[in-house]
Amino acid sequence: MSLHTPTTEAEACAVVAEARAARRPLQLRGGGTRAGLGRPSNATDVLCSAGLTGITLYEPSELVIGARAGTPVRVIEETLAARGQMLPVEPADHRRLYGTAGEPTAGGLVATGASGPRRFAAGAIRDQLIGVRFVNGAGEAIKSGGRVMKNVTGLDLVKLQCGAHGTLGFLTEVVFKVVPRPETALTLALHGLDDARAVAALTLAIGTPFEITGAAHLPGGGPGDAVTLLRLEGFQASVDDRASRLAALLGAFGAAERRDAASAAPLWEGLRDGVALDARPDAAVWRLSVAPTKGPAVAARLAGVAERHAFDWGGGLLWLAVDPAGDAGAAAVRAAVAEAGGHATLVRAPEAVRAAADVFEPPAPALRAVTAAIKASCDPERVLNPGRMYGGV
Amino acid sequence: MSAIAFPAPDPSILARRPAILAGLAALLPAECLVTSEDERRAFETDGLTAYRQVPLAVVLPRTTEEVSRVMAFLHGQGVKVIPRGAGTSLCGGAIPQPDAVVVGVGKLNRILDLDFANRTARVEAGVTNLAITGAVAHRGFFYAPDPSSQLACTIAGNIAMNSGGAHCLKYGVTTNNVLGVRMVMVDGTVVDIGGQHMDAGGLDLLGLVVGSEGQLGIVTEATVRILRAAEGAQPVLFGFDSVEAAGDTVSAIIGAGIVPVAMEYMDKVAIEICEAFAHAGYPLDVEAMLIIEVEGSPGDMTEQLRKIIAIAREHGVKTIKESRSAAETAAIWKGRKSAFGATGRVADYICMDGTIPTGRLPEVLRRIREITDGYGLKAANVFHAGDGNLHPLVLYNINDPREQEKAEEAGNDILRLCVEVGGCLTGEHGVGIEKRDLMGCQFDRADLDQQMRVRAAFDPAWLLNPAKVFPLDGRLPPEVPARPAAA
Repeated sequence: MSLHTPTTEAEACAVVAEARAARRPLQLRGGGTRAGLGRPSNATDVLCSAGLTGITLYEPSELVIGARAGTPVRVIEETLAARGQMLPVEPADHRRLYGTAGEPTAGGLVATGASGPRRFAAGAIRDQLIGVRFVNGAGEAIKSGGRVMKNVTGLDLVKLQCGAHGTLGFLTEVVFKVVPRPETALTLALHGLDDARAVAALTLAIGTPFEITGAAHLPGGGPGDAVTLLRLEGFQASVDDRASRLAALLGAFGAAERRDAASAAPLWEGLRDGVALDARPDAAVWRLSVAPTKGPAVAARLAGVAERHAFDWGGGLLWLAVDPAGDAGAAAVRAAVAEAGGHATLVRAPEAVRAAADVFEPPAPALRAVTAAIKASCDPERVLNPGRMYGGV
Repeated sequence: MSAIAFPAPDPSILARRPAILAGLAALLPAECLVTSEDERRAFETDGLTAYRQVPLAVVLPRTTEEVSRVMAFLHGQGVKVIPRGAGTSLCGGAIPQPDAVVVGVGKLNRILDLDFANRTARVEAGVTNLAITGAVAHRGFFYAPDPSSQLACTIAGNIAMNSGGAHCLKYGVTTNNVLGVRMVMVDGTVVDIGGQHMDAGGLDLLGLVVGSEGQLGIVTEATVRILRAAEGAQPVLFGFDSVEAAGDTVSAIIGAGIVPVAMEYMDKVAIEICEAFAHAGYPLDVEAMLIIEVEGSPGDMTEQLRKIIAIAREHGVKTIKESRSAAETAAIWKGRKSAFGATGRVADYICMDGTIPTGRLPEVLRRIREITDGYGLKAANVFHAGDGNLHPLVLYNINDPREQEKAEEAGNDILRLCVEVGGCLTGEHGVGIEKRDLMGCQFDRADLDQQMRVRAAFDPAWLLNPAKVFPLDGRLPPEVPARPAAA
């Protein structure tokens, strides 16, 4: 086994070209914090972005930041915070979920598409990503997109790289749109609602003009523990005004408790990082995306499988903790998602389960063929994270 | 004369025209098939009217199944296909060719489902952009992307070109507002990508399809996000004595943590043209004008406008017009939204669409003037200042072939300039045929080859909208293996 940590894009190209010539697959790595995500790899050689760091571009007045792929997300967030800005997506930090060390990187964030609670309002990482540079499986440096936020020139390979889990390219640089950091945040908490009532409250709130930026429901461990969260952000006076009117509108769902930004932050961070479930450490964890109003029915259908569950994105993102034995609930989850419409990812499970079950939503046959053809178009010898998403791809 | 080349028609297809028409006639009722010379002429061009090509035939299917049958048949015959929405493309994205069949989505015009709780609308692809907002406005919702052609353009065309509009600074462009599509692949296979839920379960094929300019498939249905409209929206109009002051004002507003829903810039030539048409009350004694719109609750809007006006004053604003009524708001926007039409009254023009880093604005505007002066032409500049998406309108006389050629050359120089300063060839109109031959300015050979190989994953034989986007030279046919790795 060898570990490659190129310090330039050209060096990365050489590593991939050599791997291709030798037909020796590479496992791609950023900070290694999401090492348990995806199908297990049998590649022994590792290509790591740790040597590719640094902010390459930051223009606060143009709302754009670029960084080499191995740059810690923390560095990007600190750089932005110093100028009163932020990444809109609340990048997930999965160290607690996977029990890993290291630093989440910009490239890892893009490759895994790890969007947080603001996603339903502000878009996913793929919506904020405006440019990438990557090394394809032929060892060529490729660019797509750029540094301007409106750009429809050519095929959008930027989005294709986002969430491709390194199967289509080794990212070397990424460029994001950014937004001003809101002056303040306030969370309204409703207590004791069941799933259906909670999602009804979230739906009502998101359907107002009050610009909700967080909408989650944590059913809790016992009766009465349930808490339903709605976040408002912006200038102080505006947040206060909207919070009062929203609380009045939600009167039928009970009294809304107000939590300031600091006291609510751990809850939103838990949702962002996939640990709000409070699953036991060895439980398998699923992440389901469905139409928001279908969330409660899907959760009810899977009640026999799931030990715990939690909702984000207004009900559309459903986290499940399941027993890791057998297929970790895969058959039941896939069937429920197929009926509701959506997709499910087995984000945490023992290696043997991830090797046997589909980790990502299996595409319909025609789209699986397209997926394989795209893989071949980017990585003809299958040297970049082969099989990470789908067997044989 | 035409500066933009089309591939020579395939004589074997032209020779088989009767058999191809008979095959289509067996699949579709007569009212869905356009074959006569006169009627086919209605489809010979789009918004890039300087170029015209009469297609082999036009089909207007009524259902996804009909599109699928037509595509399967044409695929079997090896016939090229030009997808068409409303034909408003400004870059020639829907211009046909003589050996190709146009597949129009005009009859696929039903709204299938409005789901306010999940904030989605499912529509057939021939539904117009504005019709979606029209269908949901009674509940206070809207569909966000708002290209100037929104009254006519279809969601199919919006998806093909990843259309934007004036309000995308806050709400994003088409790709940020589409959750799912039903698409007919080149061989007739029907696929569903995405749906009412967020994000993709596998590769982001939806992100690839949006903006693919009809090269990957024919979208027949779309599920789009609808949003609850803000409580109110209010524009303010600023006039400045210099381009720099207007540009600096835009930067300072964003720097102050305010992202207005729209920031539109017009230069003196554009102001004069639009004012003569719309009588919007635009100031005629300024060099540059900004329309800035904020939205939110009444208190929110007052506060944002107060901050924005203070910033404009710091930058020496000469004219400030706050809208005091819905009629004044409508007048302010009427001038801007009719800019292209109003310009068309005074001259023929080509509308450019490059994007630049906004910090380079004053320099780029000065160099655009030098470029057009150099060709003895005039340009009117209208653009989205917040995101740097420029729309210089290069004015010329379409009946003077030399002037048309000069206008195209000036336009190309302007786009090269956009790329040179770190921007791109097209921000929201697409590449089509218009910018096809400039792709090499923005992309290296390896970049373009990678894009073409991904394209081939959907359409290995180059049957879908084949003359667009990629330069005609150096195309990557499927039988050519991937380029070897650099030594």
